[in-house]
Amino acid sequence: MTPIRTDGLTKEFRLGLGRQRVVALDRLNLEVHQGEIFGFLGHNGAGKTTTIKLLLGLLAPTAGQAWILDRPIEDVTIKQQVGFLPEAPYFYEYLTAEEFLTFYGQLFGLGGAPLTKKVEELLEMVALTDARRLQLRKFSKGMLQRIGLAQALINDPALVVLDEPMSGLDPIGRRDVRDIILSLKEEGKTVFFSTHILPDVEMICDRVGILVRGRLRAVGTVQDLVGTSGVASVEMVVAGLTDAGIQEAERQGGKVLRRGAQVLLRLDDPSRVDSLVELVLRSGGRLVSLVPHKRTLEDLFLEQVKAGL
Amino acid sequence: MSRIIVIALNTFKENLRDKILYNLVFFGLLLIGSSILLSTLTMGEQAKIIQDIGLASINLFGVIIAIFVGIGLVSKEIEKRTIYTILAKPVQRYQFLLGRYCGLALILLVNTAIMVVGFFFILLVGKISLGSGLIKAISLIYIELLVIVAVAVMFSSFTTPTLSASFTLAICVIGHLTADLRVLGAKLQNELTKGILDGLYYMLPNLEYFNVKGPAVHGIAIAPLYVVSAIAYGVLYSAVILLISCVIFQRRDFK
Ligand SMILES: Nc1ncnc2c1ncn2[C@@H]1O[C@H](COP(=O)(O)OP(=O)(O)OP(=O)(O)O)[C@@H](O)[C@H]1O
Ligand SMILES: [Mg+2]
Repeated sequence: MTPIRTDGLTKEFRLGLGRQRVVALDRLNLEVHQGEIFGFLGHNGAGKTTTIKLLLGLLAPTAGQAWILDRPIEDVTIKQQVGFLPEAPYFYEYLTAEEFLTFYGQLFGLGGAPLTKKVEELLEMVALTDARRLQLRKFSKGMLQRIGLAQALINDPALVVLDEPMSGLDPIGRRDVRDIILSLKEEGKTVFFSTHILPDVEMICDRVGILVRGRLRAVGTVQDLVGTSGVASVEMVVAGLTDAGIQEAERQGGKVLRRGAQVLLRLDDPSRVDSLVELVLRSGGRLVSLVPHKRTLEDLFLEQVKAGL
Repeated sequence: MSRIIVIALNTFKENLRDKILYNLVFFGLLLIGSSILLSTLTMGEQAKIIQDIGLASINLFGVIIAIFVGIGLVSKEIEKRTIYTILAKPVQRYQFLLGRYCGLALILLVNTAIMVVGFFFILLVGKISLGSGLIKAISLIYIELLVIVAVAVMFSSFTTPTLSASFTLAICVIGHLTADLRVLGAKLQNELTKGILDGLYYMLPNLEYFNVKGPAVHGIAIAPLYVVSAIAYGVLYSAVILLISCVIFQRRDFK
């Protein structure tokens, strides 16, 4: 079973009276695999939310098709197995956390003791048990994000779609959400989430897709995309280097930053490390430290965005 | 069906906690109560004034609640994006709309009932007998509210809260003047404008149809057949408007 598949999915918006066209999503072909955590990356305005809204039937595609759990997205019954957390969620102000989750459970046809139990479990999971009798209008932004996550899981979905689940959360909250996402994967669920918080993605995603201006620029595992060996740059701290030595190092492509008696040398081409180290030693310098910097998802992301703009 | 009920009950529950609603009902009751004071200022027709003001207050505050709560429940939900989570559940769009409508009808029923109880209390205090005309007038006021809520829901299904409120208010005002449109049309020579006015007459709700406050207060008999046909008209009109709303809502993008 394929949790999400899209074929040439396209959305155009028409703006204002001039009917100017904005292509928010351009022929997206994407396949999300069963049981994986898929991170959907993109800059502001890349088209992440648009994609998610299309998948959930909140927007109608201009062209193309999509399937959720092997059924066309127009079929409302697939939602029985989907959980969704929208971007910057806002919920019924006057309901308490408990009533809110119960209401949403009832929309799935749940009820009675199993629903009560499920609601309890979820409140526990998102650490809102103490706030269960509080009306949602009294919730903080982070609490709303948590209750939003809980409502997305009320039906024990096979596929969970989250639009920026970490936004508005403090570091503890973000770690909690990461843990919840990982536990969902352990239960065999598929998680598709959009974000621009890259360290989170590197930590938990099996695969990522990078969207730039409505176009999917890259898809794959973080390792495939960033490269396993990928050392992007090397930084070394050197003591006792003469002025002549510094000039020579600069000529060899090192970027120099003086720090009192020490010098920080940064080399963007890792293959020249050996010759630079040799140079340092030859000119009477002493190597204090040498740190290779791996290419991160952030580097890749910035490259892709730059290339796509 | 069960989803419509779940949404309707939730709508009802949520709104019972909204303070705006209580304030409106409170002012309605205040106005009804003030009729006693006002009636003492005038000689003679005291009973009529009390009944006049009472029915008018129930009508006015009913309409205000219908418009503002009605708009809030659909288009504000779209604006605030709550609807995203609802429609991401296995809920058809028409189920959402009808659930909202039924919930609103329930809220209006309760609010009207509270004001009616206040009104009856005042009648009791003023030692005015409760005629069947009053009951008929109040029933038709409620039917009018159902029509107005349907119109509010329809506008909410495709436009912003402010515009929906303005349009619905406009329809309410014009809805009481449709008979005049007809009269005006008959006086005009131009066939085209006459046609347009006639078209408007049939398209817009004839809210004056539901107004039997005058005869009720003056003790003039209201034929049961009239009441039945007015109810049938109101129910049918609302059903058509809701159907149109569902069709519009089904196609719209949630941006
Ligand atoms: N209703 C709309 N009308 C016109 N243009 C729109 C509409 N909604 C989105 N867009 C445009 O579509 C593009 C993609 O928007 P989208 O909200 O999908 O971005 P995003 O990747 O979710 O961004 P963010 O990270 O800021 O949430 C943007 O250029 C945006 O201006
Ligand atoms: Mg977004």
